[in-house]
Amino acid sequence: MILETIKSQKITFEQKVVALARLAEGSIEVLNKSEALKKYIEDGIICDLFEGNAPYRPRYIVPDYDIFMEQGSKFLNIDKPTNIWEAVHGLLILYKHVPSITTMPVYLGNIDYLLEPFIKDEDEAYLAIKLFLKHIDSTITDSFCHANIGPKETKAGLLILKAMRELELPTPNLTIKYTEETTGRISVEAIKTALVTAKPSFANDKIFRDDFKGEYGIVSCYNGLKVGGGANTLVRVRLGALSKLAQSKEDFLIRVLPEVSKEMLDYIDERSRFIIEESGFYESSFLIKEGLLEKEKFTGLFGFVGLAECVNNLLGATEKKERFGYSDDANALALEIVSTMHKIIANHKTQYAGEFFENTHLLHSQVGIDTDRNESPGCRIPVGEEPEIFEHIMKSAPFHQYCPSGIGDIFVFDETYKSNPEAILDIIKGAFETNLRFFSLYSDTCDVVRVTGYLVKKSEIEKLDKGEQVLRDTTILGKGARDNAKALGRKLRSE
Amino acid sequence: MSLKGKVNKIIKFSNVDGPGNRMAIFFQKCNFNCEYCHNPETINLCKNCGLCIEGCPTKALNLKEKKIEWNEELCCECDKCTKICPHNSSPKIYSYTIDDLLEKIEKVKPFIKGITVSGGESTLQADFIAELFIQVKKKWPKLTCFVDTNGGVNLKDEKYKKLVENTDFFMLDIKAWDKVEHLNITGKDVDTVIENLYFLRDINKLFEVRSVIVSERINNRLTVEHVSRIISEKETRYKIIKYRNYGVRENMKSNLFSPTDQELKELEEIAKENGVKNTLII
Repeated sequence: MILETIKSQKITFEQKVVALARLAEGSIEVLNKSEALKKYIEDGIICDLFEGNAPYRPRYIVPDYDIFMEQGSKFLNIDKPTNIWEAVHGLLILYKHVPSITTMPVYLGNIDYLLEPFIKDEDEAYLAIKLFLKHIDSTITDSFCHANIGPKETKAGLLILKAMRELELPTPNLTIKYTEETTGRISVEAIKTALVTAKPSFANDKIFRDDFKGEYGIVSCYNGLKVGGGANTLVRVRLGALSKLAQSKEDFLIRVLPEVSKEMLDYIDERSRFIIEESGFYESSFLIKEGLLEKEKFTGLFGFVGLAECVNNLLGATEKKERFGYSDDANALALEIVSTMHKIIANHKTQYAGEFFENTHLLHSQVGIDTDRNESPGCRIPVGEEPEIFEHIMKSAPFHQYCPSGIGDIFVFDETYKSNPEAILDIIKGAFETNLRFFSLYSDTCDVVRVTGYLVKKSEIEKLDKGEQVLRDTTILGKGARDNAKALGRKLRSE
Repeated sequence: MSLKGKVNKIIKFSNVDGPGNRMAIFFQKCNFNCEYCHNPETINLCKNCGLCIEGCPTKALNLKEKKIEWNEELCCECDKCTKICPHNSSPKIYSYTIDDLLEKIEKVKPFIKGITVSGGESTLQADFIAELFIQVKKKWPKLTCFVDTNGGVNLKDEKYKKLVENTDFFMLDIKAWDKVEHLNITGKDVDTVIENLYFLRDINKLFEVRSVIVSERINNRLTVEHVSRIISEKETRYKIIKYRNYGVRENMKSNLFSPTDQELKELEEIAKENGVKNTLII
């Protein structure tokens, strides 16, 4: 396996280094796992999403970049920036030193607010922003890397949207935090950009701000986390596969789900314990020492996929009208499953989740991985079965309250919406009024598309199809999701 | 007896019937018979002749007390019935009360900027629509009410006063400026349409004028020249629509020609040169 990785011509040098590090980490066993957990892992029901056997850094890190802009970094020998060039330069250096499960940063900050104080001459600022974005795309070669803008309109925000529209690059991913105070102007600019390059997504700022008691970041696919903190680990359960262990829906709710949840929570604790108590991350990282991160703002994520398959299995629903997304009974059962998991997690107090979260982990509607078959992302209605958009939103919204650390849906609009982006804004406003947490969109003419949460260029997947090397890890995942989960076959929303 | 409206169909979310996302309600019956009509089954009311019953593959149509009865549950929406119908009509019409429609609007209310009535020709059911708009505004003052019209009835007449007063904006078709061309393509005179153009402009209720561009048959330059001069002082949008033969009656197609993108751009240029600030080619 090591030699095979070294000799491979399909992956880049950087990709080889990461793969070799993973092989090294995978060669030792340091975590305590129960027999029951091992069985769940073997059967493909519980999965740690390739986090490795010996975690030595949190999975998702959400540095407080405001502090960096205020004080620079002693460790990196960077002074507080005084102009746009120093600002982007400082951030680009810092990003290289923010770890994550992918080795690359998953959160870049509210980049509009970070740069706004330095926007003096707009032409110069536009050039700086374009080079900044291009640099990120070429060096952070993984589109789980996520930047935020909003909720307030800023000059920097508008320039970032314009530059992204022009560049059409998959990295970084982008979300606009949306509230009633977000102006129509920047909202429409955001939609116009999304119809060209599949970003930004829209986050329901009010809901996230309430859940995270203030400042939060949207990171990786769409994960909500506390700024200055993050998530040590994300372990997930495949509900579709799990449902096959139940005799009935009652058996599932009363026996099967609590049993697997206990194993999940113990495993999340165990992985977190190793990072916190043994890896030395929280003692040695300059991000902690310089105040950009606080251990108490970290939690663990309890992820799940395949709610649709789980419910359909438990009900034996084959006809469309009996299935998840259509039948009231199916949706009620789904809601009961998600609220049960939510309750189990809230009642599990652990020293391995920070005080900020009242020592609990968070529920996360996970988008799936490239090898998933027969498991739809989190709470999503399966691709190919989508109801009309109004029904789709109404049926999805009730689930969003239970998943503070991320849940969302993706809508593909036809070209006619480019002439009337306000129509999409009306739909988003309505969706947020019905308490939807997160809304992503792109158009059928985009080259950059959203796969499950991350972005890829269709033209890059084509390169991969021909056996050529590609720069970004995520393109490889995107190809898998297209082939295994029809992820690029979403229903087209037209007029 | 409460008012009822004859509705051909409702599109819950539409992005082409006015600003933002709108619920579009298409009323049945039209006073024009445009050669390029894309939905000719909306032109007339059903005569209950029964010819469509035979063609229905799912037996969703029946004759009951000399009236066609349509069972929506059984309908597979194949549209064979409307293709068979020799009267440019459809047996699949809904008869709605104001309350029925309010209920439908209520469901999508958070997602829409307003409603647009279209057709067919919506002004032929002006009393019903005026009352609908009054009720919508009473219940949801933020929703706007738009009328999409061919301009065939004289909106200055007293009988349309209530409709005009309660409509936020109109979207008016000007299909041809030349009298003979207009008569040929629609079956009706253009005079009233032009009167409406001036009237709606002057009362500041003209959101958009639309012209369908058909090559060779219509002097499109003449139409765009006149319309754009008239609307240029106001914020009115000029929508230049490419004729496409999708959905058009088979026997009409041979006379109708789609314009090139170049032609459309040239027409848009004319509108811009004449001072129209907002133009859109679709």
